[in-house]
Amino acid sequence: MSAVSPQDAAQAAAALIFAGFAGLTVFGAIVAAVARRLVRCVCGLALSFMGLAGLYYFLHSPFLALMQVLIYVGAICVVIMFALMLAEPHEEQISRRRELLGGAAGLLLAGAFAVALILLVGRASWMPPAVQTNGGTVQDLGRALLNRYGFAFELISALLLLAIIGALVVARSGRRPKP
Amino acid sequence: MPHDWLWETVRLLLYLVGLIGFAAFNAAYLSLLERKEPAWFQLRRGPTEAGPLGLLQPVADGIKLLGKQLLVQGGADVLLFKIAPVAVVIPSIMCLVLIPFSETMGARDISLGLLAVYSFAAINVLATMLGGWASHNKYSSIAAARVVAQNIAYEIPLLLVIIALVMVTHTFDLREIVAQQAGGFWNWNVLRFGASPLMPLAFLIYFICMLAEANRAPFDMVEAESELIAGAFTEYSGMGFGLFFIAEYVNVVVGSSIGAVLFLGGWHCPFGLLPGLHWFLIKLYLLCFAVIWVRWTFPRTQIYGLLNLSWKVLIPLALAHLIVTAVTVKLV
Repeated sequence: MSAVSPQDAAQAAAALIFAGFAGLTVFGAIVAAVARRLVRCVCGLALSFMGLAGLYYFLHSPFLALMQVLIYVGAICVVIMFALMLAEPHEEQISRRRELLGGAAGLLLAGAFAVALILLVGRASWMPPAVQTNGGTVQDLGRALLNRYGFAFELISALLLLAIIGALVVARSGRRPKP
Repeated sequence: MPHDWLWETVRLLLYLVGLIGFAAFNAAYLSLLERKEPAWFQLRRGPTEAGPLGLLQPVADGIKLLGKQLLVQGGADVLLFKIAPVAVVIPSIMCLVLIPFSETMGARDISLGLLAVYSFAAINVLATMLGGWASHNKYSSIAAARVVAQNIAYEIPLLLVIIALVMVTHTFDLREIVAQQAGGFWNWNVLRFGASPLMPLAFLIYFICMLAEANRAPFDMVEAESELIAGAFTEYSGMGFGLFFIAEYVNVVVGSSIGAVLFLGGWHCPFGLLPGLHWFLIKLYLLCFAVIWVRWTFPRTQIYGLLNLSWKVLIPLALAHLIVTAVTVKLV
C-alpha cells in the first residue's frame, strides 16, 4: 500500500509540530544558558517561552498558551531587560571566564540528572491518560478558580497585594528628604 | 476530509497575502494622510509634486527607502539589530489576522481573539526595545528604557478597561462581541449605560492607551525627534527604518479596529441598515483620522507627564470603572 491514510498523515504532522515547538523550547533554553551577552540570554529565554506556549497550544490549552505569551514574553522578559539596561546599559561582552572545572562539573551534574530522569520515565508505571472533564474554556477555568480552588486563588491574590505594597514601601523609603 | 483541510490552508494563505497587502497599503497611505492632514490644519498644501494631489508620494518614498544602503554601525549587536525590525512587524500583522472585518470576512476566528491580539502586541514592546538596545547608541538606549516604562504604564489601564468590557460581554470572541451590538448606535458598547454609566469614559481611556501603545504623539516618547533624534530607530537606515514605520501604522490600524469592534459596533450601521464591510472601514478610518488629528493638535508630553497621567489618573479611573461595572453586572 503506497497510499498514506489520513490518520497517519495527521499523526505525522502532529509529531512534526510537537518536535518543532519542543526544539524551539530547548534551543531557546540553550541560548539563554550559553550566550555571552546578557541581553541575548533574555532573548533566548523569550524564545523558550514562545516554544512552551506553542506546546500548550498543541495540547489544546489556547488560554494558557496566550497567557504564557502575554505574561512571560510581554511582561517578565521585558522587566528583566529593563533591569539589565538600568544596571549595565552596555556591558562590553561580560568577560565570563569559562572556568573549566565549574563547567565540567555543571555538565556532569546536568548529564547525571538527565540520565536519572530518563530512567525514571522509562520505569514509571503511567496512569491511563487523564480524561478531559471539560473543554478547558475560560468559563470552566473561571468556575474552577472561584469554586474549587477559591482558597488558593485568594491566597495568591493576597500574596501579590503584599508584594505590591512591599515594593511601594521599598521604593518610597529612598525618596524621603534627608534630615 | 482532506480536501476541506487543503481548502482551509489555501484560504488562510490567500488571506495572509491580502492582509500583508492591506498592511502595506495602510502604512503607505496613512503616512500620506499624516502629511496632508496637518497641511489642511495649517493652511498648507502638503505634498503635491508626485502624482495628482501628491497621491504617488508614498510610492516615491518606498522606492527611496528600498534604494538606500542598510548600514550597521560598529559596536552594534548585528544579529539583534537585524532581527528587531522583523520582530516588530510580524506580531502586528498577526493581530490583523484575528480581526473580523465583516460578517463574512475575517481570516481566522478564534474564541480567544481579544486575548490573542494583546498577547501578540506584547511581543512588539520587546522587539522595539531590542532594536534600541542593539543600536549601541545612547539615545536609542534611553528610548528603549522609555518604551518599557511607557508600555507597562499603559497596558494596565488598557487591560483593566478590557476586563470590564469582557465582564459585560461574557466572551473574548471578537465576532461575538460585534454580534451583540447589532441594531443601532444605542446598542453599541460605548453607550451601554445599562452595564456601566462610565462606558464613554472607558472608550476615552481605551483611545488614550491605544495612542500610548502605538507610540503615537503626544506619547511618542520612544521616537521623540527633538530630544532623542529618532529614539530607538536612530541608527536604522533604508527599509530597516521603513519596517518600524510600517509596524507603527499597522499598530494604529489594529488599535483602531479593536476600538471599532469593542466599542463602536464593528460592521454594524449606526441605524441598523445595511451592515457590512464599508461600515467597519468607515469607523476604522475615522478613528485613524482622529489619531493623526490628536498628533497634530497636542504637543509631546514629557515622560514624567506621561507616567503621571497613567498612574495617577487613568489607572484610578479604570479601576473605578471596573468596580462600577462589577456592581452593575451583579445587581442587574
